[in-house]
Formats: sequence, structure tokens, C-alpha cells
Amino acid sequence: MELTRRKILAIGSGTVAFATLSGLPAFASLTDDAIAAFTGGAETGEGAITLTAPEIAENGNTVPIEVSAPGATEITLFAAGNPVPNVATFKFGPLSASRSASTRIRLATTQDVIAVAKMEDGSFQMTKANVKVTIGGCGG
Amino acid sequence: MISRRDFLQVGMAASALVGASGFGNWARLAAQQRLTQDQLLEFETFGNVSLIHVTDIHAQLKPLYFREPSVNIGVGENKGAVPHVTGADFRRLYGIEDGSPNHYALSSGDFSALAQAYGRIGGLDRMATVINAIRADRPDAILLDGGDTWHGSYTCLKTDGQDMVNVMNAMQPDAMTFHWEFTLGSDRVAEIVEGLPFAALGQNIFDAEWDEPAELFKPYKMFERGGTKIAVIGQAFPYMPIANPGWMFPEYSFGIRDENMAAMVEEVRAAGAECVVVLSHNGFDVDKKMANVVPGIDVILSGHTHDALPEPVLVGETIILPSGSNGKFVTRCDLDIRDGRMMGYRTKLIPLFSDVIEPDAEVAALIDAQRAPYEAEMSEVIGQTDSLLYRRGNFNGTWDDVICDALLSERDAEIALSPGVRWGPSLIPGQDITREDIFGVTSMTYGKAYRTEFTGEFLKVVLEDVADNIFNPDPYYQQGGDMVRTGGLGYRIDVSKPQGERISNMTSLSTGEAIDPARSYIVAGWASVNEDTEGPQIWDVVENHIAKLGTVTVSENNSVEVVGV
Repeated sequence: MELTRRKILAIGSGTVAFATLSGLPAFASLTDDAIAAFTGGAETGEGAITLTAPEIAENGNTVPIEVSAPGATEITLFAAGNPVPNVATFKFGPLSASRSASTRIRLATTQDVIAVAKMEDGSFQMTKANVKVTIGGCGG
Repeated sequence: MISRRDFLQVGMAASALVGASGFGNWARLAAQQRLTQDQLLEFETFGNVSLIHVTDIHAQLKPLYFREPSVNIGVGENKGAVPHVTGADFRRLYGIEDGSPNHYALSSGDFSALAQAYGRIGGLDRMATVINAIRADRPDAILLDGGDTWHGSYTCLKTDGQDMVNVMNAMQPDAMTFHWEFTLGSDRVAEIVEGLPFAALGQNIFDAEWDEPAELFKPYKMFERGGTKIAVIGQAFPYMPIANPGWMFPEYSFGIRDENMAAMVEEVRAAGAECVVVLSHNGFDVDKKMANVVPGIDVILSGHTHDALPEPVLVGETIILPSGSNGKFVTRCDLDIRDGRMMGYRTKLIPLFSDVIEPDAEVAALIDAQRAPYEAEMSEVIGQTDSLLYRRGNFNGTWDDVICDALLSERDAEIALSPGVRWGPSLIPGQDITREDIFGVTSMTYGKAYRTEFTGEFLKVVLEDVADNIFNPDPYYQQGGDMVRTGGLGYRIDVSKPQGERISNMTSLSTGEAIDPARSYIVAGWASVNEDTEGPQIWDVVENHIAKLGTVTVSENNSVEVVGV
């Protein structure tokens, strides 16, 4: 029997996880470069930005992500394990009622999703969440 | 003034006292043939509110044998912490005498002998008696069902869960949350839930399309009891579409969603709740972490991982009470709610010794009525067992060995895989194996036994992935099952390593040769979450195998070497 991708995903797990092992280092440096391009190499702080993501993705093709950073003028999302790490940039004007956004992104494998916010004073805030892409075992 | 923490300590002491009066004496009482229903129910009513918790019944209407695990490894911060303490270590920890009724009900070791002495445990007619007795003490006690109720038996499968709905409704629960229920398919779940005479709760049950709270399930319900307001927030199993077939309930999304849990706690507190109870199907370690992350929860009634502990575990100011599985236990939790807060508690985990507790006649008749149309077919004797057949444990169980052997021989495979679920009653040596017994360890709505080819490399990837669902040091990444069971395949696992490095020494047991990453192996398994799985139903595979054997004898299984514990 030939295994389609869907069947492999359904049967056990891990083709995806397997891909991570070889893929991650290259993607990680791509992500570092992409973040540096956004921040201009500036130091990033933590604490003023919140990223809400599932611990384990129910479907790696459409993972709900929510980000909030009061006082941000821009927030960029990166998916460190995707072939192209840049996901989206949200821009907020002075009249934006809240500096938050939600979207769905595709994740190739278990990886960190990273959010970087540019604040009104020009400083940067960063946070990340590890999202596992798995097929899982069988619960009790 | 006495602080809340002091009150909690008093509560703990009170709870320990109940433990002492119940536990320490039972062995002697039993020896004197004086273990009585009154002693099992003995409880000095406390405070102003009573909770009654039952969970993970898995459709076990009748009394049964159920062996608790001897291997239940904790990792990370939970290494060596309950419930990851088993056997004699567990008994020493709680002061339970060897050979006592609680040894038999709560821990592994000498199971077959003790089962002969103490008999079967559980049965929903016995559960009804205990619930009625608690209600006689406290008429407005809140009865909460933690889910995994409408799955796990012959009659449950044949009636799409209706037998359990009928019997549970007779016991008048106040609220319920969910897991395996969803494997009935979302249409059937909606049909049942719309007619339930009690609250169907899950703050983490969302609409998959819009990622908004699902309309059919409410996040919480407020109860006015004992002169106070109690909020019960539901927490369904977080990883439903990952651990079970998501195509059966595509409309729903789950997840832990602890931010939303925190928001719900704030919402119910703002609405006047003086006590916040979470009815959870997270699993014990996930509940512990959630109690740390989400402030303001007083009580977590914990289900999913099938743990039974005689005393609550305190995390900060939250008490966590896991109430076992398969209908073996009822937890009574009395609370003193005053001045806007929980001031103390007293709890008791009541084992339902079926020979000691009088069945409730009304519920007994109702159970018989559910079973009657199927009695002839499910009572048919397929074979006998010489060995203790059980499932619980992180790596293998004798029932799984039988199932894997059935897959290898009936499906002509080199390697068998069987899911690490935690449900399924045990059989003791000398028992007949009936068709109902086989369904007790196999019945599900996606039970087809597939036969396919995996490369050695892919087999390792499968084992690594499942192992990470159990041994990831962060509980939020644990799905709450046990390791996938293997037939024809041995391996070594280092539970302390990260994903990708845990599994080594994979060996074909038939040839004694190392598994070749590049070679394809014929693999048979069941419970695939894939929609178009083909093959015979697993219970037919197992029945054919047992019928051919006549008598089942299971030898010791040393095929998995565990290190890093």
C-alpha cells in the first residue's frame, strides 16, 4: 500500500517532526536574519507583548495565532521552522483602538512562532511560543 | 485571624483524619468480615456544600476487575510525584496496609489473589447507592461527571451511547464535560447534548471555523447551594482532534486555552461566585500546571489519566481530586464556603466494593433493561484465560500482548501496533473470556485493523512521536495516554531524552535482528485516526485469535527496556 501524506499523518506521527531535525538549523538562521531586518539589529525586550498559540496544533495547515502589544506601531510574526519565516506584519495607527491581531498560519513542522513588536518609542519587544505539529497517540 | 492557608491546612488535616478512619482500619475490618457499606460511606458532613465526582466510567455499567498500573513514570517536575508512584511505594506513601481493601482498589501488586478475596468493584447501581446516600446527608449536593462516559462497552457501541445516557440521566447529574463522547460523531453528540437534562460544559470547546466558543457547550454553570454561589467551569479533553479522529467532529476545536480559563474564572467571580470548581478532562499533570498558571480556582475535579488518589493534591490554594476510572470510585468533597472564599474542605475517595455496597434497585433494573437486547450475543464465551489480563501501565499490558499477537497472526504481519489507551477492564486467571470482555478492551467507532508497510525509519519516527506525547517534560504537551504497544518489535527507551533521541535498539523479535531503517516491514494495527482506514474490526480479529487458542496464556514481556527513569 502506498502511503499518501494524509495517511502518514493519520497513522502515527512524525514525518513532520522528522523533517525538523534536518531543516531547523538553516531555517533558524533565516529567522534570525529576518528578525534583524525588522529590528535593524536593535536589542529586544520582553513582557509588553503577548502571543497566544495552541501548544499542539490541531491542524498544522491552519494554526490560530493571536498577538497583542499595547503601544505597538507594528507587529511582525515569524515562523522559525517554515521555509520562509516571515508570516505577516500588522501596522497600527494612533487611532487604533487595540494593538492586537489574530490570524491563522501554516506551520510545516514543530517550531517556534515568534512575534516582534515595534513600540511607539522605537524600541522592540519580542516573545515566542513553541507549537508542536504532531499526529499524536491515543488519549486515555 | 486565621488565614486562608491555615484553613486549607485544617482542611487537609480533616481529610487525613477521614483517610485514617477509613483506610487504616479496612484491612482488619475486612479480616473480621465486617467491611460494611456504612463504613465505606462513613463521612462527617462538613461545611455547607458537597461535590460528588465521577469520571472516566467508559460505559462500565457492571462491576469489574480493574488493575491499577505498576509502571507510571513521571518526568520533569513530576518525576516521583503522585500519581507517578505505584505499587508498594504508593501504599507506603498513603499508609495503606499490604493486602488491605485499599491495596486492592488503589494499587498494583498481588492483584489476582486480592481480586479473588475482595471481588469486583464498581457498577453504576452501586454508584447510585453511594450518590443517594451522600444526597441523604446533603440533599443539594452537586453531582459532576468528568466525561469518557459514553464509550467503552459492547452495549455502548451498539446503542451509540444511549445506554449510558439513560443510566446516567437516572442519577441526575448537574453537569458533565467530554472526551471520547465526540468519537460518536458530532451529529450524534449534538443529538444527545440537546436533550440532556443537565449542563454540558467546556470552556475550551470552540467552533473550528471561527475559533469562537461553541454554542452547544457552555463554559460554566452557576449553582446556588448551601447559601452560596458555586461556579463549575468545564474543561474538555484538550487534544481531541489529535488523539482521536478529528474528521468525526470537524466543527470543533479544543486546546487547553488557559487564557480563556482565566477569563472565565474572573467572569464567574465578578458574577458573585464564592467558589470556583473546574470539572476537568485535562489529565492530572496538566491540571497541576493549570492550577499554577490560572489563579482563583478552588477545586479541580480531575479526569482523563485515570488516576485515583485517596487524598487531594494541593497546588497553591487549589485542591486537585482525581477520581479514578471505569466506575471504581466516587469522590465526595465537602467544602466550607464563607465570606466569599473556600475556608476548608474534607474529602473521601469511596471505592465501590460491589459485594459490600447494596445495588440501587431502580438503577439495577435500568441497567438490565439496557443490556437485555444484547445479553445473548455478548455473553457468548470465546475462550478462557490462564493469565491475568490487564492494560494499564506505560509500556505494555497482558491484554495488549494478546491483541498484538492477534494482529500478528490473524493479519499476517511482522509488527503490530496497538494504541496506549488507559481504559479496559481486567480478567483474572481462570475466567472465561466473553465477547463482552473483548469489546471492553477494543470497542470504539474507529476500530478497523489496518495492514500496511512502514520503513524501519518511519517506525522509529512513530515511536518517538508517541513517546513525546507521554514523556515531554512540559505537561501541556502531554496527551495523557500510554506508549503505543508493540508486537514483534522490541526497543529501548530513555524517557529523560528529548524527542528524536529516546528510542534505540529497535529489534525484530521474530528474527532477533536490528530493525533496518531502509527496509519495509508489514505492520498491522488498529484505531487509526485516518478516515479511510480499511480492514476487519479489531474485536473480530481478537475473537478469532482467542477462539483458535482456546485458552490464553501470556508470558512475561521484556521487549521494552526502559532507562532514564
